[in-house]
Amino acid sequence: MSEKTMNLTLYVWRQANAKAPGKMERYEAKGISPDMSFLEMLDVTNEQLIKQGIEPIVFDHDCREGICGMCSQVINGVPHGPEELVTVCQLHMRRFNDGDTIFIEPWRSKAFPIEKDLMVDRGAFDRIMQAYGYTSITCGGAPDANDHPIPKWQLDRAMDAAECIGCGACVAACPNASGMLFTAAKVAHLNMLPQGKPEGARRVKAMIAAHDLEGFGNCTNHYECEAACPKGVKTAFISYLNKELIKALPKGAQD
Amino acid sequence: MKLVNPANKRKYKILMVGTGLGGGAGAATLGELGYNVECFCYQDSARRAHSIAAQGGINAAKAYPNDGDSIRRLFYDTIKGGDFRAREADVWRLSQVSNNIIDQCVAQGVPFARDYAGYLVNRSFGGAQVSRTFYARGQTGQQLLIGAYQSLSRQVKAGKVKIHNRREMLDLVVVDGHAKGITCRNLITGEIESHWGDAVVLATGGYVNVFYLSTNAMGSSVTANWKAAKKGAFFANPCYTQIHPTCIPVTGDHQSKLTLMSESLRNDGRVWVPKKAGDKRPANEIPEDERDYYLETKYPSFGNLVPRDVASRNAKLQADAGKGVGASGYAVNLDFRDAIKRDGEKAIRERYGNLFQMYEKIVDEDAYKVPMRIYPAPHYCMGGLWVDYELQSNVPGLFVLGEANFSVHGANRLGASALMQGLSDGYFVIPYTIGPYLASTTPGAVTTDHDAFKESKAQVEANIEKLRNIKGNKTPFEFHRELGKIMWDNVGMARSEESLKKALTEIPKLREEFWQNLKCVGNDKEVNQQLENAGRVADFLEFAEVLAFDALNRKESCGGHFRVESQTEEGEALRDDENYAYVAAWEYKGEGKAPELHKEPLKFENIHLAQRSYK
Repeated sequence: MSEKTMNLTLYVWRQANAKAPGKMERYEAKGISPDMSFLEMLDVTNEQLIKQGIEPIVFDHDCREGICGMCSQVINGVPHGPEELVTVCQLHMRRFNDGDTIFIEPWRSKAFPIEKDLMVDRGAFDRIMQAYGYTSITCGGAPDANDHPIPKWQLDRAMDAAECIGCGACVAACPNASGMLFTAAKVAHLNMLPQGKPEGARRVKAMIAAHDLEGFGNCTNHYECEAACPKGVKTAFISYLNKELIKALPKGAQD
Repeated sequence: MKLVNPANKRKYKILMVGTGLGGGAGAATLGELGYNVECFCYQDSARRAHSIAAQGGINAAKAYPNDGDSIRRLFYDTIKGGDFRAREADVWRLSQVSNNIIDQCVAQGVPFARDYAGYLVNRSFGGAQVSRTFYARGQTGQQLLIGAYQSLSRQVKAGKVKIHNRREMLDLVVVDGHAKGITCRNLITGEIESHWGDAVVLATGGYVNVFYLSTNAMGSSVTANWKAAKKGAFFANPCYTQIHPTCIPVTGDHQSKLTLMSESLRNDGRVWVPKKAGDKRPANEIPEDERDYYLETKYPSFGNLVPRDVASRNAKLQADAGKGVGASGYAVNLDFRDAIKRDGEKAIRERYGNLFQMYEKIVDEDAYKVPMRIYPAPHYCMGGLWVDYELQSNVPGLFVLGEANFSVHGANRLGASALMQGLSDGYFVIPYTIGPYLASTTPGAVTTDHDAFKESKAQVEANIEKLRNIKGNKTPFEFHRELGKIMWDNVGMARSEESLKKALTEIPKLREEFWQNLKCVGNDKEVNQQLENAGRVADFLEFAEVLAFDALNRKESCGGHFRVESQTEEGEALRDDENYAYVAAWEYKGEGKAPELHKEPLKFENIHLAQRSYK
């Protein structure tokens, strides 16, 4: 537990609703402990704003342990801030210094409209999932769990893809605002497993079509998504996605 | 049991509030059966419900390791773990379907851990002497929830499920004694909406945020359940709260929540404190013979894997004796030194890598090199709305799933059993048990045109106006923190008649101050997180009293409910089966009035009641 505290200057994106114009506002965050998480720093700032009669900053957050994927802030130009492999809620103030100026913005992408301040609408990801982000198993008819052995290496690769928390940092980081890493992670997770294989071709085509329909950009190999991903999901899955797509295309007639 | 024929199922509409393991799985399965389902969650996506944060695993009686596990043993462990305060029949059913859950999840593509040959592997959790826990790295809850969410997505595409996200349920609509809809707030536009259904299912999680600091998500609240309770649903065993032994200790007043370190860590980590009180040397400088591995010494057969209530209470005993570690003295060591020596750092990293990483991010220490410091924190509630075997509350047409109901965990939940219960209720119970109720009703008989919906909406709007017009000086957070302190100090890990009576005088005082001195800024017809918090705190301030009331009424200790007046010579929870072998179901009787107690006696036909021992 550290005893010294910090004073910070924040520039925060304020926008009343989806249609209103927004702008950066300057606030002082005082008495910030290095042990606080970034969101706790915003809590303290908000309490100070309320006492001054200023409307507090709206931001999405929930589990505060880096797994729900709710928090979504671009800090000093980097989605989820300067620390690798963490979400905003797990970023701690010991990463900053007394007197720092911090810029805080929402995810910016056509497919993620801003709802208010730092809060965005990520419904586009839900719709990509609805396109084919599942296996068509109806409850009750499943065979025994050990019926299809899945070697560890294969399972581990699928699990690496399944780590995605759907936060959208990949989109916020991409110069094209592409949602390809998210889409690839789900396609890879399912297509790499025997349970997901039978529908693999239909899945990859449907999910890419849904992705494009939502207004996300295309992938042009900037790798910014991989650098921003708090769960370390690799762009290798995008290569896998492309491979799956190429395999699926000639099957157009029967699928 | 009456059935609804497949052609008629499409005539019914079911409202599902909550999209975690219970709600997500339930909504998807009801959709698959042909019902029309409308789903509600306060998050921006159904995939973010707090089930996602469960780390360690999910139990099932598959007995793949050939270690003598069986449905009977899982049943017995769960009843015993719950300190003989759960209904036998419900637990038996849970144990039976546990195996189907694993099959179902694997078929969905849930990547449970496997060995090199491709077969599923297990690990152990507290309160069991077999390995029956399936896991997916340290993210089992996430993988299971995504599985349920995938099934839900499939039903959305099929047109059978409609999801309303960013909605918070603020009232239950009851017509002629039957649950027929809900009133909720659209958290984006602020609009108050009415929704009708032929039945309402609550899968709205737990209430331990009543302690302010807990491992629950920030948005987890008692609101939906409490609103239902105020409309007549009985609240059962509210005093059964679980304090989880392995959480990262509190560092300061700014703290907004506590982070759990999975119980699975106790498979390989050894819990210890210095033998000498006040020994402030760094952990690694304390020699072996000056360390007290108190769980291993006191409970040789279960060792570090005793149930959560036992582990938590013992950590508190050590801290109270001045042997706690860390700056505050409210922590104990969880040491991986010996496991790393035995299995190598690589093996440990593979098992718990993400947990060690999470610990490092929060505490700034490398747990591969120095022991973790852990301390108990509120984590789960075994209490919840009262339900019968069909998961129907005493209000016909209102069903309750998962943590929101009280049914299977008794007075203490064993690790890796919450995921099992959520999915059991969602995939394998509610799809069948809702049928008989629906078969007895006319589909679409009551819609939002009914006056009850208008009354409910007017009441919700009036309540919001009231909150906004207090214009006092203290924020919702400040009130919540104060309530949490009252609850933790007086209704926490050790409860006495004196402390409970103190809480029962302090809670109403704080509630009174809340309604006179709340500062809730912002508009109501837009996103307003202060207003959301204010409403949740207002409900906690009412509910907290019922919790303390229940704790005062139950003059025995059992599981997570520890009355200092009732303990064995060794300091273990001492039950009083003669007087308290019942479910306490509380009926709301109006503001400022004491709730009325209804008792459901617990009968044990297959299990012999015994003093719980893990020695």
